[in-house]
Amino acid sequence: MASAQPVDSTRPAPPRRRRHGRRSSLRSWRLRDQITFVLAWTVGLGLCAVAISVVVFFAVEGIQYLRPSLLVTHPSASVSQSGSGGFLDAIEGTVLLGAIGLLIAVPIGVVTAVWVIEYGRPRWLGRIVESTVEIIAGTPDIVIAIFGLALFQLGAFSFLSFSEPGGAFGRSFLTAGAMMSFLAIPPVYTATRNGLIATPRQMREASFALGKTRIATIRRVVLPAVRRDIATGSTLGLARIIGDTAIVILLLGATLRLQSDGALGFLSGTGSSLTSYIYNNSPAGDGNAPDKAYAAAAVLLLLVLVLNWGVGRIGRIGGPPIHAERRLGA
Amino acid sequence: MNGRAGAVRNRLAPESPAWQNGPLPIEKLDLEAQLMAIAPEQTNTRPRRARAAVTAVERLRLEDVSVFYGNTPAVKNVSLSIRQGEVLALIGPSGCGKTTLLRTLNRLTELTPNASHSGRVLLDGEDTDDIVDTELRRRVSMVFQQPNPFPMSIFDNVGFALREQSRKRPRRRELEPLVDHALQRAGLHDEVRADLNRSALRLSGGQQQRLCIARAIAQEPEILLMDEPCSALDPRSTAVIEDLILQLREDLAIVVVTHNLQQAHRIADRVAFMYLGDLVEAGETEQVFSDPREEQTREYIAGVFG
Repeated sequence: MASAQPVDSTRPAPPRRRRHGRRSSLRSWRLRDQITFVLAWTVGLGLCAVAISVVVFFAVEGIQYLRPSLLVTHPSASVSQSGSGGFLDAIEGTVLLGAIGLLIAVPIGVVTAVWVIEYGRPRWLGRIVESTVEIIAGTPDIVIAIFGLALFQLGAFSFLSFSEPGGAFGRSFLTAGAMMSFLAIPPVYTATRNGLIATPRQMREASFALGKTRIATIRRVVLPAVRRDIATGSTLGLARIIGDTAIVILLLGATLRLQSDGALGFLSGTGSSLTSYIYNNSPAGDGNAPDKAYAAAAVLLLLVLVLNWGVGRIGRIGGPPIHAERRLGA
Repeated sequence: MNGRAGAVRNRLAPESPAWQNGPLPIEKLDLEAQLMAIAPEQTNTRPRRARAAVTAVERLRLEDVSVFYGNTPAVKNVSLSIRQGEVLALIGPSGCGKTTLLRTLNRLTELTPNASHSGRVLLDGEDTDDIVDTELRRRVSMVFQQPNPFPMSIFDNVGFALREQSRKRPRRRELEPLVDHALQRAGLHDEVRADLNRSALRLSGGQQQRLCIARAIAQEPEILLMDEPCSALDPRSTAVIEDLILQLREDLAIVVVTHNLQQAHRIADRVAFMYLGDLVEAGETEQVFSDPREEQTREYIAGVFG
């Protein structure tokens, strides 16, 4: 309150305690409801506590070891921790994997969703596609990784990775990114599909009634209407990609530095990501440099938090989405 | 105003004087007083809107048109002529086939998988089945019940139909005069001229509907179909759009589906009354309202059934 201003005596003073109407008290509830009430609060607060402690732990542990120099220096093999450098290569690897993964996943996820919702015939094929995406979503990443290893060691794919005359190693940014896209396709597909379902039929009819073909309607009306859903799905998919370790270790080699190999330069070379860097530097890996693992984990966590925040922001760009009401009702 | 609400009110207020003595002596009653009795607040605008005399030219002719959903007929053997310079109102109770008939005219019913039709619809003498659907829909444009602007700018909404899909997209500069003209004809230009790049979703409901009209007439169609264009709007926006319809009818043939008898009376030059898929009666508005030939029409207009 600004004390310099004289108090306007004509205005009634605000009540010290805002009054509420009478409500039923917890005591008057049935026992079952009381237990549920307490359980709900306990579980909810417990989850919040876990999330907050993770963030606080890495804020404290990670930031205290985090030096700007760690972000910009290459890692190197050294017996002493002071000589082993930073994790620039791991950051580069994470960004590169995310980019390759999304580049593959977004077109596939969006086109699949458009086909299932806008065409979806024959019906049985649509159903098969839907369950296929569900199966991919439920497949553990290590299974995807080992499948990718088996696939890309085939001679036909040898140009994608470092290869010897005897065969391919199957490890490169391209092969890892391709398998990473399996992690991102389900969220992209699901978000796009839900957006398409929530887009009113009248909007498509309006376009047909103006003499547009189905494909022009999809391109000019339907896809613009769901671009926010696509962005949301992509961000969720990206978060899954940058958080994955198994595929990096099996298919990217988790090498210390980015290495150009094979026909396509660094794309067919090996490297590491923040996740594999954390694993290798943790006491579980060979590095035994927990402070660097913490610092890298803090960076990774920050990246994921920023992405999650970004998902929330995307939903608000450019006013309410066309199907906002449907969303609220659902 | 919502025509449905009006129809319900008709049923709920049987003590109103208009039909106290049964539906028969309607022609003896003053029509305006009768409309007042049906729904007093709906008659706050002039009972009949002033209009310029226009020579009517036949554009669309329906010959024995029937529409089926599966094996169920929704429209039965309708023959009708639709003329430029006139507003034709399709009236009738819910589910009588008005909207289905309207959607048959630009072959939108084909989007419903099990719909089929028989008979012929002739656009300037040419069977609409022989016209490519996209071209037909450019010539026979449509405005829907709910304002349905696309989630893009005002300019892009109006320019939407003008932008050819297969050939080179015209530049914005080429489209500008056409978009401006369409917005002017739809009476929206003054309100939105300041910023055509604004999202169309930020307009009010009445503005959105006028934008949809501008969008529909931008490509200079020959016929404009309107499916209850005012039922989602407030009375003031309704009045604006009704005036607009009367202006547009000079260059286009307009078919309006409406639940709202007062609206049909205000704007239509001719009225077609449908009941259970049949075209019961079609004729001059004044004649249908004051001296209907058929008993069913008489009862519907008197509010015996909704």
